[in-house]
Amino acid sequence: MSTPIVPVTAGTPVDDVPASGAVLGKISYRIPITYAVLAGAALLGLVGTMIGREGAWSQTTEFQSRYGDQWFTIPNFSVPSLLTVILLTVALLAAAVYGYLLTSGRKAVPVWLHIVVGVAFVLAFLTWAGAGKSAVIPVTSLLAGALALSVPLIFGAMSGIVCERSGIINIAIEGQLLFGAFAAAVVASLATAPYLGLVAAPIAGALIGALLAWFAVSYHVNQIIIGVVLNTLVLGLTSFFFSTLLADNSATWNARQPLGVIEIPLLSQIPIVGPVLFRQTILVYLMYATVILLQIMLFRSRWGLRTRAVGEHPKAADTVGIHVNKRRVWNTILGGAIAGLGGAFFTIGSGLAFGREMSAGNGFIALAAMILGKWNPTGALVAALLFGFSKNLGNVLSTIGSPMPSQILLMLPYVITIFAVAGLVGRVRAPAAEGIPYTK
Amino acid sequence: MKLELQGITKVFGPLVANDHIDLVVEPGEIHALLGENGAGKSTLMNVLYGLYDPDDGQILLDDKPVTFEGPGDAVRAGIGMVHQHFMLVPVFTVAESVALGYEPAGPGGILDLGAARRKVEEISERFGFHVDPDALIEELPVGVQQRVEIIKALSRDARILILDEPTAVLTPQETDELIKIMGELKAAGTSIVFITHKLREVRAIADRITVIRRGKVVGEASPESTETELASLMVGRSVNLAVDKTPAELRDNELVVSDLTVLSGSTPVVDRVSFSVQGGEILAIAGVQGNGQTELAEVILGIDEAAAGSVTLDGKELLGMSVRERLRAGIGFVPEDRSTDGVVSSFSIAENLILDLYDTEPFARGVSMNLGKVAENAEFRTQEFDVRLTDIQDPISTLSGGNAQKVVLAREMSRPLRLLVASQPTRGLDVGSIEFVHKRIVAERDNGTPVVIVSTELDEVLALADRVAVMYRGRIVGIVDAREAGPAGINRDVLGLMMAGVPLEDAVQQAAGHQSTLASADAAADGKDLT
Repeated sequence: MSTPIVPVTAGTPVDDVPASGAVLGKISYRIPITYAVLAGAALLGLVGTMIGREGAWSQTTEFQSRYGDQWFTIPNFSVPSLLTVILLTVALLAAAVYGYLLTSGRKAVPVWLHIVVGVAFVLAFLTWAGAGKSAVIPVTSLLAGALALSVPLIFGAMSGIVCERSGIINIAIEGQLLFGAFAAAVVASLATAPYLGLVAAPIAGALIGALLAWFAVSYHVNQIIIGVVLNTLVLGLTSFFFSTLLADNSATWNARQPLGVIEIPLLSQIPIVGPVLFRQTILVYLMYATVILLQIMLFRSRWGLRTRAVGEHPKAADTVGIHVNKRRVWNTILGGAIAGLGGAFFTIGSGLAFGREMSAGNGFIALAAMILGKWNPTGALVAALLFGFSKNLGNVLSTIGSPMPSQILLMLPYVITIFAVAGLVGRVRAPAAEGIPYTK
Repeated sequence: MKLELQGITKVFGPLVANDHIDLVVEPGEIHALLGENGAGKSTLMNVLYGLYDPDDGQILLDDKPVTFEGPGDAVRAGIGMVHQHFMLVPVFTVAESVALGYEPAGPGGILDLGAARRKVEEISERFGFHVDPDALIEELPVGVQQRVEIIKALSRDARILILDEPTAVLTPQETDELIKIMGELKAAGTSIVFITHKLREVRAIADRITVIRRGKVVGEASPESTETELASLMVGRSVNLAVDKTPAELRDNELVVSDLTVLSGSTPVVDRVSFSVQGGEILAIAGVQGNGQTELAEVILGIDEAAAGSVTLDGKELLGMSVRERLRAGIGFVPEDRSTDGVVSSFSIAENLILDLYDTEPFARGVSMNLGKVAENAEFRTQEFDVRLTDIQDPISTLSGGNAQKVVLAREMSRPLRLLVASQPTRGLDVGSIEFVHKRIVAERDNGTPVVIVSTELDEVLALADRVAVMYRGRIVGIVDAREAGPAGINRDVLGLMMAGVPLEDAVQQAAGHQSTLASADAAADGKDLT
């Protein structure tokens, strides 16, 4: 057998001997392994539990895409459950094999494959959950709800990025969200103008950010401790005002003031995606703007370059005349304002009155999203959406009576984060000077 | 641009880092600032660069007095600095690093990275740097990172460039390239202040040399001076701390270090070092700071790990033993940095005196401590070691450096010792304390303990040592017997040259061949005869 002569270029393995890995560096099979785990879960957990069931082959799952009024709607449609699950599982297995081939050939796994795997797994899961049920799976409202639940997480994660990229750890996101929710509700109610609440919320959040910056920068208090203290402070303050003022005079102080839904013409008519993304309150549109702007500014602007320098190597920034602590203070205040704005979603954003402990741990999940997104706005966006989706999936499944307890799904964000921080999702590198006070 | 420093003084607590320093750098001149580590060179340059406020004195640029609030002011005035530890963000590209702080930007503060790239390319081309503007800093070798730093300074039109120990991290080839670059910069009219303690480089490149010692300017020299002259100027001829000591009486017990290698990452910081010390003698490890002495001392105690080799004490292998086992085997260790490694500063003096024995009789009884015994021990030890204090229960941070060091010595010498290792035992101490510490160390030697002293102070080395091992870049350049010390043999000049990496025989030759006026004065000051 003759060996064909292959021109040697970068990335082309000269031979098939795996020992060449010693020269080129170890191949990481993280991605195909993750795919294989998902395919295996689908095979054992979904196909395995269905196939033995009596009449499994005749069961169907009904999906619904209608959501509000639209010019054009896809009617509800049913699929044969077991067959669909099997086909999707086969697709997952194929993706795992393809991913393995790509990786062992030292080629990058394309992004679309991630999306295919994710969508296939979720669809398989939904089909399985709705098999033989009289209830339909409301696809569009599932997505819309997921986006809604993600909004405070996304704002929170952006807040974390703005602070931590400059070197200040913001554990106070939870408190900033809560204070933003509180301020938005109270101001909107007093003024009977929901849009004024939208102004009050970031100011409230910025206030907490300023306190954090003040203690962290001027007094070098441990940033995690001061963050936790601020969370407790806000919780106490808002609860106190809630029981002394808001609860008794809710008509004046805590009336519902929902932000109106703004429909973007044309775009909102796209099936499934349209109403999810473009039939929203202004707060959601502000969220889109924040993520896009932050992604551009952080990596393409003077502010971003200086922010990252201050968070990575403050002394180097100082030697070129950048005021390290000033930059950190302003970023922390800005971060607080972003989280405060996110907090407005709990009250005026979802048309609710303020309630005790409304933020319900979202600030901490936002931090997890920030870490999972590797301190990048788009990465954190995807992570927050994932968290929001798994949370809403839990909600939806519990209403249609899923065979899987919804509590398990609600655990998902935390499980993912633990794996992410443990390094499974790739190298997670925090800004080098994070949490370290800067002194000359 | 002409730079003049007049009477610059900078004080850190009790330490006078710069004591009325005067310095003139003429336009287009390479001016070397020569001095040992800790002499105050970097402090002086940080003052000039606006990082520190001077306590006294003024800076003149082209004869006009200036004050710098921060590095930004210094940069605007035309001063550029390449720090010893590079001021580069590892995750930035070269173009981003060079642009930082002076970013070309369009509307909305959006960076014009194209302009930043062109700037890097232009300067890189002009001086033949070969730097890719899109490379990530953390992926570049140190030599190239240094060029990025130089590009950074030049991109801001620096007319005075300060290079702080620029060759400390470079390989010999990279050093040669740097020297070439410095020549080109000089030809382009840039004044360069070149901070170093390496004699060869100074002679190779400098137009003028100012020598600093212990925060003071001790003299000026021209590059025609011999390395011997420079070495003696740099090392100095200060008070001779003569220690009364009888000739060593060697015993059979010994510490044997053979082929010991310690790695930092993948580079050896201690490189196949072998020596032995017998009971009753003092071996001093001399050398400029950062040549592997610290690691050598730490690996003997076990707080650093050896990659290869062996360390045996009285025939017993120490490597592989835990620190506690080594202490129990009779090692006394005085760490280099007393305040971080020697004591727990918030603990009381009494507690610090039993840090190593807290869990043994008589200080411990089961799970509880016998505080009476702890106090008793403290009273006894502090008297024995003449520690001046108000109360043994005061935190040790209330003591002066000298008294704190006496506490460390008292603790380390209160066990029956089979070996004493002391790193920089008298750093930052006053003359009285130095004398006391030296006496105790000599007493330990006379007890028959092998003693290893690590010191960057030649005065101390010459005062204490029976033999001297000089380390340079992780290796022992040579071991000399101090009993042979004399005008024809081993003296301060020879050791100084060896500290700069000159092998023993060459150093002896050079020192003998170039007996200069400075060297004679040096020898005269030491009370030795010149032959």
